Order: sequence, then C-alpha cells, then structure tokens
Amino acid sequence: MDLQSSETLQITCEEDLVRVRQATRARAVLLGLSLVNLTKIVTAASELARNTLTFGGGGTAIVATVHNGDRPGLRLIFEDHGPGITDIELAMKDGYTGGKGLGLGLGGSKRLVNEFEISSRVGEGTRVSITRWK
Amino acid sequence: MGLESNSKLVEVLGEKGRVSLNDWKEAQWAAIKIRREPITEEELYREASDFMSLFQQAVKEAFLSDIRDPVWLKMREMLSALSISRARRGFTPTEMATFVLSFKQPLFEALKQAHGTDSGALLSDVWMTTVLLDKLGLYCVEEYQKTREAIISRQQKDLLELSTPVVQLWPGVLTLPLIGTLDSERTQLVMERLLQKIVDTGSQIAIIDITGVPTVDTLVAQHLMKTIAAAHLMGAECFLSGISPQIAQTVVHLGVKFGDIVTKATLADAFGLALKRIGLVVIKKSGE
Repeated sequence: MDLQSSETLQITCEEDLVRVRQATRARAVLLGLSLVNLTKIVTAASELARNTLTFGGGGTAIVATVHNGDRPGLRLIFEDHGPGITDIELAMKDGYTGGKGLGLGLGGSKRLVNEFEISSRVGEGTRVSITRWK
Repeated sequence: MGLESNSKLVEVLGEKGRVSLNDWKEAQWAAIKIRREPITEEELYREASDFMSLFQQAVKEAFLSDIRDPVWLKMREMLSALSISRARRGFTPTEMATFVLSFKQPLFEALKQAHGTDSGALLSDVWMTTVLLDKLGLYCVEEYQKTREAIISRQQKDLLELSTPVVQLWPGVLTLPLIGTLDSERTQLVMERLLQKIVDTGSQIAIIDITGVPTVDTLVAQHLMKTIAAAHLMGAECFLSGISPQIAQTVVHLGVKFGDIVTKATLADAFGLALKRIGLVVIKKSGE
C-alpha cells in the first residue's frame, strides 16, 4: 500500500471544516466513489474534523489517495495535540459525549468507513485514521 | 532621508524634464493590453498622467521616503482609489503593482541622461527613487488586498442572509429551504428566523427542506432536531423533507435517530401532507 498523493489541511476554525469537507469531496469525486460512499466519507470527515477542533483544540487533516493492490481508496488522518482520550472504548460508545453533542461522532464515523483506527495518549493528543475503499 | 545636493531628480521630473510620459504609457498599455476589456487606453493614460503629476508635486515639495507623510496624501488617495477600482475589475496584484513599479524604467533612463558620467550621483538618485517606488507599489498591493478582503467578507454576509429565506407556501404552511453548509452561526440564524416567522404568521406547519444540504453530520442533525423540537413547543408541526437516498443511508449508519419527526423524500410530498393536516384537498377541475 503506498501513500500516493496527499494534501494536509490545518484545522483551526469552523471555516476549516468546510475546507476539509470540500477537499474530501473533491478527492472522492476524482477517485470515482459512488454518491453514497462519497456522502459517507464526507460525513465522517466532517465528524472527525469537528472532533479535532472541539476536543483537540485544532490540528491537521491529511487527505490522501491510497491503493490496496488495484483497489483505490481514500484515507483521511486527523491529528491533534489536545488533551487526548482517557477511555477510548467509552468514547466510541454511542450516546457518550465529551461535550454537548449527540455522542455519535466517533462510533458513527466508524460505521461509515471500511477501516477505522484510533490512538490517543492522555496529555499528548489523538490520531484517527479512516479509509474508504472504492 | 532627503535628496543629495547634486540630485537631478526634481530637474528630470520638471516641466522641461526628460521623463517620457508617453514611453511609460506605451509600456503599461503593452503589459496589460491582453485584457483590453476592463480598461480603456484613455483611462490608463489618464491614470498614468495623474500618477506622474502627483509624483512630481510630491518630489518638488519635499522628497521624503516615508510615504505616510502628508506630502504623499494625494498620491495615497489616488492609488487607493485606483486599487479599489482595479480590484473590482479583477486585476491581479502583480498588474496592480506593475502600474507603479514600471515607472522606474523611464525615470531611471532620464536620470542616466541627466547625470551623464557622474555615476555616484546617479546611483544615489536611483536608490532613493527605487526605495520610494517600491513603497508606493507595496501600498497599492496592500490597498488591493484590503478591497478584496472587504469584497469576500461582504459576500460571506450576503450568503448568510441569502440562503435563509422562510417562505409561505400556503396560509398556515411555512417552508425553509436550506442550502449549503449548516454550521453553527448560520443554523442559529436560520432557527431564529423560522421560529419568529411561525409566531408572526401564526402558522401551524413548517417544512424544513434539506435538498440543498450536501452533508448531514451529527451536529447538523442535532441542530435540525432542536429547531423541530422548539417549533413543536410553540405549537407548530414541523416536517423534514428533501432527504436524498445517500443522506438517508449515511444518517442510518451514523446512528442518528430522528424519532417521531415526520420526514418526507421531497418537498412536494411534505406539502401534500401539510395540506391534508390543515384540512385541504386538491381537486382536479372537472372536464379537464
């Protein structure tokens, strides 16, 4: 699997969330993702980018085209240097929220993509990587 | 910083000066003539003459390299107006700065001829003018930038206003066709407008149409649910319409439950239901 082309976006304000969504959408269109899959990954990107902003205090999003053999896919990596997540299992649970949201962001994003990886260290930050194959 | 005693700058810019306004105009016109449309030759010539006469005046009065000095006030005003008009017409920052910077060439040429073999004095004059013209060029770009930013921020506000109209479909039936991104600031505005309009018109039914919303994530869903709950509290019924197949699937995977909120695929369906609720029936005219 090689990381072919990618772009890095800063997430520091609400307008940046729009930029992340647009970059994700543009790349998904380029890859020829179906409308349903496109909507799913854009929605997941929106959730995770917002988490990066709200809970991580801002960070970066990498939008990349990846290949698994012949199969192209879209990978997004969100990183922040915020407080980190104490209990990832709890955070993934539907209905649990660290703020005022619905508590569906993390769990919901996982259901919207093919691959979902999360790692977090308290005091150091959080990194979430999602992939949607074509 | 003032001029050296052996400077010939004022002289070359004077009445019998050797700076060729025509050459400069020609060079300018050649540089931007590809885009003949946004500017006419006469206009450019007039601007160039204005710039040159203001430059002459300021230099004659007192040569000061600080362009914030009152001596340069008229020049700043002129460049500022020029930047604004050019920014609106879609000129690039390079084209904007080139207007000022290209003045160096004819000016240096004239200085060279005036100074003859005195290269020390020539160098000093060239340096003084280059510093000055660079500052004026940068000033133009800054003004240009300011104008562009003002245009962008105005457009953002326009969008915010434009995309949130609450429309009355029928007495007692309101609709809110949402378009674009639903982030916090906008959603707040939208919610307030809808609730206010429900009060103002005494409507029983409000339809929120999300056909034009490309992404419904948990925050958007939450905003929608809050608006609908608030409308309910005010005694109005609220329908959600325009849910595309891809949005429907995404929302299901996301795990958002719209619960007992009435949802319809299209605005037409929702309107049909609304008419039914207020006891109206649409009947085809007989004989047609």
